[in-house]
Amino acid sequence: MLWQIDLVILALVIVCAIAAISVRDLLGTAILFGAYSFMMCLLWAVMGAVDVAFTEASVGAGVSSVFVVAAVFRTTRRTKD
Amino acid sequence: MKLAGLIIVMICGGLLLTATQDFPAWGDPSSPASTHLSPHFITEALHETGAPNLVTAVLADYRGYDTMFETVVVFGAGLACILLLRTYTQRTRGREYRHIPTGIVIHIQDPNKAPKGQREFQLIDNMWVPHDLIIKTVCRILIPFIQIFGLYVVCHGDFSPGGGFQGGVIFGASLILLALSFDLRTFLEQMSEKALGLLCALGVVIYSGIGCMCILLGGNFLDYSQLAAVLPVDPGHVRALGMLGVEIGVGFSVMSVMAILYVNIASAGRHNQGL
Amino acid sequence: MPDIVTEIIHKYNYWLYIILMMIGLYAMIAKNNLIKKLIGMNIFQTAIILFFISIGYKEDATIPIIVGGHGPEMSHQAIEAAQYMNPLPHVLMLTAIVVSVATLGVALALVIMVYQRYQTLEEDEIRMRVTQ
Repeated sequence: MLWQIDLVILALVIVCAIAAISVRDLLGTAILFGAYSFMMCLLWAVMGAVDVAFTEASVGAGVSSVFVVAAVFRTTRRTKD
Repeated sequence: MKLAGLIIVMICGGLLLTATQDFPAWGDPSSPASTHLSPHFITEALHETGAPNLVTAVLADYRGYDTMFETVVVFGAGLACILLLRTYTQRTRGREYRHIPTGIVIHIQDPNKAPKGQREFQLIDNMWVPHDLIIKTVCRILIPFIQIFGLYVVCHGDFSPGGGFQGGVIFGASLILLALSFDLRTFLEQMSEKALGLLCALGVVIYSGIGCMCILLGGNFLDYSQLAAVLPVDPGHVRALGMLGVEIGVGFSVMSVMAILYVNIASAGRHNQGL
Repeated sequence: MPDIVTEIIHKYNYWLYIILMMIGLYAMIAKNNLIKKLIGMNIFQTAIILFFISIGYKEDATIPIIVGGHGPEMSHQAIEAAQYMNPLPHVLMLTAIVVSVATLGVALALVIMVYQRYQTLEEDEIRMRVTQ
């Protein structure tokens, strides 16, 4: 594993995580969470855990983003923090 | 609250960061995690189970009992979502309209009548679909290929990355795509709520049924080598076939739970209108 | 002081995982919105999963699928444990991910129930309406 790739993806993961919990719009949170999951999937593929990366790509980046978007659609986009 | 939270987080993080001194070096092949149990899995799994993908071999064979209850947890999550959200309103004939400025939904019994001020009202559900022709056509072509890929991932899980969980999620995602690109009514006509619930339970039944069949054939629970008595294949492959059966059960369960979760969350339990 | 710097450079992965876990924990404790708390819970989970997967990583090893294990002539060459990554953490975490999406579904169902009852997702407003 190249440590440069690893470091870049880890930095992106942390940026996505901070952005996902600090943006003031829940739909934005859902989308940034999808981006976070996808970066995480790349990180696991780099580490050689192909099955886990596969699961995360379908579950984390795919289905759970849809669930969060659906829940935001049924409730509200408004958030104070 | 924010300051207290920050202090707690800093204390926890500080403790963990000091603990990193004792961790083994990064990627060390002789670290404690890689020297006790996993060498046996790596060197013996192919001969003992006949599955080249070690992750599937450990998941469905060595830790089969664990995975069975993971499936039960997923099943329980689908059940909990139905019990929490589902509301059974009497679906009488007629149509529902939403008043666009206020968001109030009204129900009109006579299907031929429409509310006054047509522009402010939006027809909910029914045959009318607000989506784009391009999206519908593309998804109609795409969904069968996604489903074939899901089947491939389930069936080829012994040899390549994949397995019941991933294939089931991909299959469930194709159903969710159907519900997104058409509407929830079309989706529930294809896969009714009852069918989803039955498939969800069927997955768990397949898994535990294969385990019980091994007991009936004279072995331990989930000891797939006993299946050689009923499956006409050579003994080297019978464990891989037992794992395949188990993975199919997991795939059924996960697929239908994903669809159940989506349908209930997207319509808040009413099953009348999706996203 | 250079001692700490070399320590960080050697174990930068672990440090970044712990930072990620701290972000998740902070979101669970300090954020006011229920969906933000859920996202924080998921970040916490993935940080722990990341730590487990990194334990299974070995230098100069390949993915845990036996080379030449397909087909009728299964290879009878000796398999060395150092050639392949540790599959055990992968298995444990694979099921953890699927269970995490199941818990996310149930949690979102609860969030929708809370919203239908109190018309808000902010924790302090909910607490205010409960005490009224």
